Amino acid sequence: MGQDALTQRYLPVLIVIIISFIIGFSMLLISRLIRPKRPYTLKLTPYECGIPSTEDTWERFNVKFYIVALVFVIFDVEIIFLYPWALVYKKIGFYALLEMYLFIFILLIGYFYAIGKKVFNWSKE
Amino acid sequence: MIYLIFAYFCASMIGITLMALTRKNPVHSVLWLLLLFLHIAVLYLFLNAEFLAVVQVIVYAGAILVMFLFTVFLLGAKELPKGKRYTDLPEGKALIGLSLTGVFIGAFSSITTAWKGKYTIEYIEKIGNTKALGVMLFNEYPLAVFLLGIILLIPMIAVAVIAWRAK
Amino acid sequence: MIELIIIFIKTAVVFGVVLAHVAYTTYAERKIIGRAQARMGPMEVGPYGLLQPIADFIKIFFKEDIVPMNAEKVLFQIAPLIVLVFTMINLTVIPFDRNFILADLNIGLLFILASASVAVYGIILAGWSSNSRYSFLGGLRSASQVLSYEIALGLSLAGVVLSAGSLNLREIVIAQHNTVFGVYAIPQIIGFIVFVISAFAETNRAPFDLPEAETELVAGYLTEYSAFRYALFFLAEYVAMYIMAFLCALCFLGGWTIPKFIIDILPFLEKVPGILWFAIKVYAFIFLYIWVRATLPRYRFDQLLNIGWKVLIPAGIVNLLIVAFIKRLGL
Repeated sequence: MGQDALTQRYLPVLIVIIISFIIGFSMLLISRLIRPKRPYTLKLTPYECGIPSTEDTWERFNVKFYIVALVFVIFDVEIIFLYPWALVYKKIGFYALLEMYLFIFILLIGYFYAIGKKVFNWSKE
Repeated sequence: MIYLIFAYFCASMIGITLMALTRKNPVHSVLWLLLLFLHIAVLYLFLNAEFLAVVQVIVYAGAILVMFLFTVFLLGAKELPKGKRYTDLPEGKALIGLSLTGVFIGAFSSITTAWKGKYTIEYIEKIGNTKALGVMLFNEYPLAVFLLGIILLIPMIAVAVIAWRAK
Repeated sequence: MIELIIIFIKTAVVFGVVLAHVAYTTYAERKIIGRAQARMGPMEVGPYGLLQPIADFIKIFFKEDIVPMNAEKVLFQIAPLIVLVFTMINLTVIPFDRNFILADLNIGLLFILASASVAVYGIILAGWSSNSRYSFLGGLRSASQVLSYEIALGLSLAGVVLSAGSLNLREIVIAQHNTVFGVYAIPQIIGFIVFVISAFAETNRAPFDLPEAETELVAGYLTEYSAFRYALFFLAEYVAMYIMAFLCALCFLGGWTIPKFIIDILPFLEKVPGILWFAIKVYAFIFLYIWVRATLPRYRFDQLLNIGWKVLIPAGIVNLLIVAFIKRLGL
């Protein structure tokens, strides 16, 4: 057991990664050999409905996207802790169960506080 | 065979870390970090810690690094600021070098083999890694889980404040 | 060595079948949407246009690949490969039949969530490296959309794990077969609905196909892509649709099994091979994808985030608490 069983189980994952990479790469390579290549400046400018683009693209953007990322981190951690709990639900005692309800309750306090503070109001109002 | 794979992962992790540290563009640094986290996940698999490997990918690579990337985008940082930093001074370099050496000496001089607990390999193999972790987490460390809930509540309040200020 | 060859053959079979399905899903989509709009759909290439996907595939090889001059060249070129690889990797943990699975992992379900969370990088990178405003905004939008609905997806699947007591997809199907209804879609109807909606949003499909909101963002993060790199994104999108259909069939509709009470009424159905039941369930879900695309208009971005955060997440938590309560009662 141990290491051998582990490599046995994960070997197909490695093979699938390699094969799917080879598929994507080889198709790009074949297509590279047979497709035309006639670049000129206007073709290579970024698409902007015909108007020459000004200033820099990677400028600052709406803070909403950032808030989505922040809230996502918090909820992601909470959900990942729900999985071991869900898995051993039948095996753990009553107090352990209460424990998790308390955890979800704290989660909901934060969630409703955020709703009250209008974190999730995405429209401009 | 398995030692060869293990050696590859250890060696490439050092290389990837160096690449992440030396990139000028912060977005490239974050991407090398992503590669590093995926390699760390494989190292967890070598320890038979499947759940930890998945947590490494979902939480670190999938959530925290995305947040880093969004932070870099939000600040519009194309290159790292060029100003003088403390680490550029000779004193700073010496201090960091010495303290790192101290940490390494401290770490390597206190290596002991782990004691045998009640969670043996056979037990974990039998009921599965994630289940063993769940049983232990919820039966033996209830306070830690409770504290975790509180710790997650605090950033939620912080986000609410950020969103409120942004309006 | 023999084992290695067997794994290779199995992988080749899975890839071949899935890629052939992807090709003909595009055909089915055009036909069904055509019929829904009282058109014929593709008719010219071969009988009833049956060779259309092959013609499209050959044609796209001959298209010029344009890399914009301001783009981050390397990242621009590998972004489609990242999306493709981290979508295809999910196929390893899907049990297609009782004994046909590439890698029988203990953490199968979490494996799919993990690779989904890495595939987001392909979208963000495609948008960022193009160095075009439409691409950048489209990439950010799609990324926030995928992130928001990943939470709801995780919550609805946590309900399944709670009922089945396992993360292994094969064991989930077996545990499901042993329940009264035989499918989790009936006792966990809320979770099922949450899952279906977030599956649509995760794969960027209608009515949540905001990256393709051509009226506002041209083609989102795909704006600057052309030729085969575009085709790789396209391929990954359809494979992702199939992954979601597989996941739905396995976690909520009983996978390769049929409910016991149906076998009691019609015993001859037990003779039907499991892979056929699995295929029927998957096709039904794919048909739902196309049907919804033909029927519903697109949501606005703020509406999309509101649905994700204010409706689906509370619904997911309610579903989880109901399932926990039922399980405690021992039903």
